[in-house]
Amino acid sequence: MSDSTAIAAGAHAAPDHGHEEHPAYLRHHFENVEQQADAAGFAMWLFLLTEVMFFGGMFTAYLIYRNWYYPAFVEASHQLNIFWGTLNTAVLITSSFTMAMGVWCAETRKQRGLVLCLVLTFILGLGFLGIKTVEYKEKIEKHHVPGFHYSLQSFTDPQSDPEIYNEYHDKPLALDMARHTEVYFSLYFAMTGMHALHMIIGIAILGYMIFRARAGAYTAGHVTFVENFGLYWHFVDIIWIFLFPLLYLISRHQ
Amino acid sequence: MTDQKEMEEAAHHVVSPVIYIIVGSTLLVLTGATVWASYQEWGNFNAVAALAIAVVKAMIVVLFFMHVKYSSKLTKLTVFCGLFTFLALVGMTLADYFTRAWGRW
Repeated sequence: MSDSTAIAAGAHAAPDHGHEEHPAYLRHHFENVEQQADAAGFAMWLFLLTEVMFFGGMFTAYLIYRNWYYPAFVEASHQLNIFWGTLNTAVLITSSFTMAMGVWCAETRKQRGLVLCLVLTFILGLGFLGIKTVEYKEKIEKHHVPGFHYSLQSFTDPQSDPEIYNEYHDKPLALDMARHTEVYFSLYFAMTGMHALHMIIGIAILGYMIFRARAGAYTAGHVTFVENFGLYWHFVDIIWIFLFPLLYLISRHQ
Repeated sequence: MTDQKEMEEAAHHVVSPVIYIIVGSTLLVLTGATVWASYQEWGNFNAVAALAIAVVKAMIVVLFFMHVKYSSKLTKLTVFCGLFTFLALVGMTLADYFTRAWGRW
């Protein structure tokens, strides 16, 4: 993943070990640039597979608990707003598109295009988090955050929550089943929260990349960092592609 | 020797913006489709349809945005092995939990 250090080290290295024969960003333990890029891409995929396992554990927990406490999960998921969820999916897919275009700009050495694509990806990423904040705020106001202040009212007495009731006409849940809606919201916050944390890390790295791209770091033939960051960003997109239907959509009907 | 050359060419493959535009639009259309499908009355098939569309979207992202279609055999094998292991683990876990109560009622 590292790019700039290799260039800096090359610039200051002693002139007597053959630097004129290869690009400054080629590390000495690699045969050639292709091998170096392959090794970095391979390592990035291994990292992403550990991330798949990490999120996979939460997806599995979600499916198991949904199977056990089905009525609670159905009514709890009715609290999510499909409009915001759909808009956020569109925002994230568009950011994946601008990131892919950024990789293309780096490969074809278009510096201004690359900076523009990275800035757009950065803004769309912040937009996603902004929409997520709106959704979280609503959960906090309705006391649907698991913990001491968790409220069962929307589930034991659905008519007290007219906005949701008018759309779904949910029946009141018995108290023991209604209590399990807290499990749904625990998983909701764990999964979307971990996803949001990955977005925040990605946005921070994007900020660094915009700064470096403006200095021309990625448009001189060495695109590994941009390419592998692209893999990370698309991976975060894929997680959301599964979170959206599982959390928002599949329980619309009883 | 040819394998080596193929690998190097794969490492250099530049995916054209036209493909990215097609892929990006397809993903947005599929997002619309999955929301539309969730408003239909299909019983159990609502969940099946939503997950099927999600799998298709994820595959499109992996193959085109993440360049796996144009990558070396090593990358393809790595991705496939990782996903296979993941599905085996999740599949066995769910098969256990979903069948524990069978025959007890």
